[in-house]
Amino acid sequence: MKSESLWFIFINASLINNFVLAYFLGICPFLGVSAKMETATKMGGAVTFVMLISSMCAYGIHALLVAVNAPFLQLISYIVVIASTVQLVEMFIKKISPTLFRALGIFLPLITTNCAILGLALFQTNKGYGFIESFVYALGAGAGFTLALVLIAGLREQLEFAEVPNTVKGTALTLLIAGILSLTFMGFSGLGS
Amino acid sequence: MKDLHSPNSNKGFLASLAEGPSTDEFIKGLWRDNPVFVQVLGMCPVLAVSNTAENALAMGLATAFVLLMSNLLVSSLRNFIPKQVRIACYILIIATFVTITDYAIQAISVDLHKSLGAFISLIVVNCLILSRAEAFASKNTLGKSMLDALGMGAGFIFALFCLGAVREILGNGTLFGLSLLPGNFEEWIVMILPAGGFFTLAVWLLLFNVVNQRKSET
Repeated sequence: MKSESLWFIFINASLINNFVLAYFLGICPFLGVSAKMETATKMGGAVTFVMLISSMCAYGIHALLVAVNAPFLQLISYIVVIASTVQLVEMFIKKISPTLFRALGIFLPLITTNCAILGLALFQTNKGYGFIESFVYALGAGAGFTLALVLIAGLREQLEFAEVPNTVKGTALTLLIAGILSLTFMGFSGLGS
Repeated sequence: MKDLHSPNSNKGFLASLAEGPSTDEFIKGLWRDNPVFVQVLGMCPVLAVSNTAENALAMGLATAFVLLMSNLLVSSLRNFIPKQVRIACYILIIATFVTITDYAIQAISVDLHKSLGAFISLIVVNCLILSRAEAFASKNTLGKSMLDALGMGAGFIFALFCLGAVREILGNGTLFGLSLLPGNFEEWIVMILPAGGFFTLAVWLLLFNVVNQRKSET
């Protein structure tokens, strides 16, 4: 695994094994805040930021836990780091842009329970990535998450004007689109070999 | 699903100790407030590990166990946890039980642990568990919280099983590894792929919508 180039790690995390469409991580915000393009991009930015910080912290924690021989604390310490990072981002956004703070609403604190972030930390530990590799991996995952979110937001904005039967409206329709997007992203799997 | 239904009959006594309607707390999780089909919570594991019925069932059981234990602990500690740091406390409680579950599954079946992969650890961030802790267990008595957890857990297992069974039958022609369909059946490979998860869930949601609409019309 050590021989993977940084470029490959990035492409792998963002396109080939897209966190949302191939690993099903971070579905909640994917369904929740993807109604408008603007919130979608900003949510993507916030998630990417939290990913970067928590991935770097996770690298340090993993080294420390290996040193003191306490791997069973891994999950607990990761989640604490993520929760504090999210708290930080929340305070930051509240100060910088109260409008955005209101637009993101409940989904901002819910970044803590975004599986994409914890999943990223766990995957990078499993794959044995070094510091730089982890950083690039987090960057790729964040980019992939933002891409998926923006794509589906764009589609949903268009669908506002379409006439759909009442039964299909809402989550079911979003899931159908997500399925088609996921099929499309399978086309990228050729890039890996 | 049997495992979760049978204890309920014993819990009837415990629930009667708690004031208010009791069976309702259990029933609502199964259908009216089904965590997956109605509340659309905890989607990630639902989609990710529902490619076979066995995985889906194991994941459902693991999640239900964590949900039950954390609901119980949160409910019994609800008067001691300061309001400002409650979410952090809930997460720590949940993470503890998930770590236990993770090691337990590893001890029971290494194969199962491999096929579920990181998704066992990811139970920590299942929104369903945190939302039950926050919305229900932190405000209700022990007995009620237990019933709520059992009902929600059963509903979650039911939903996961619905998805897993459909995806395995169509994608692989089998159910729990047993061949179901005739040999000349062409498998729908797409059903085991990620896209199949989205499609199957969409169709189940549609079914739920149709049924609920029929009900409200009559």
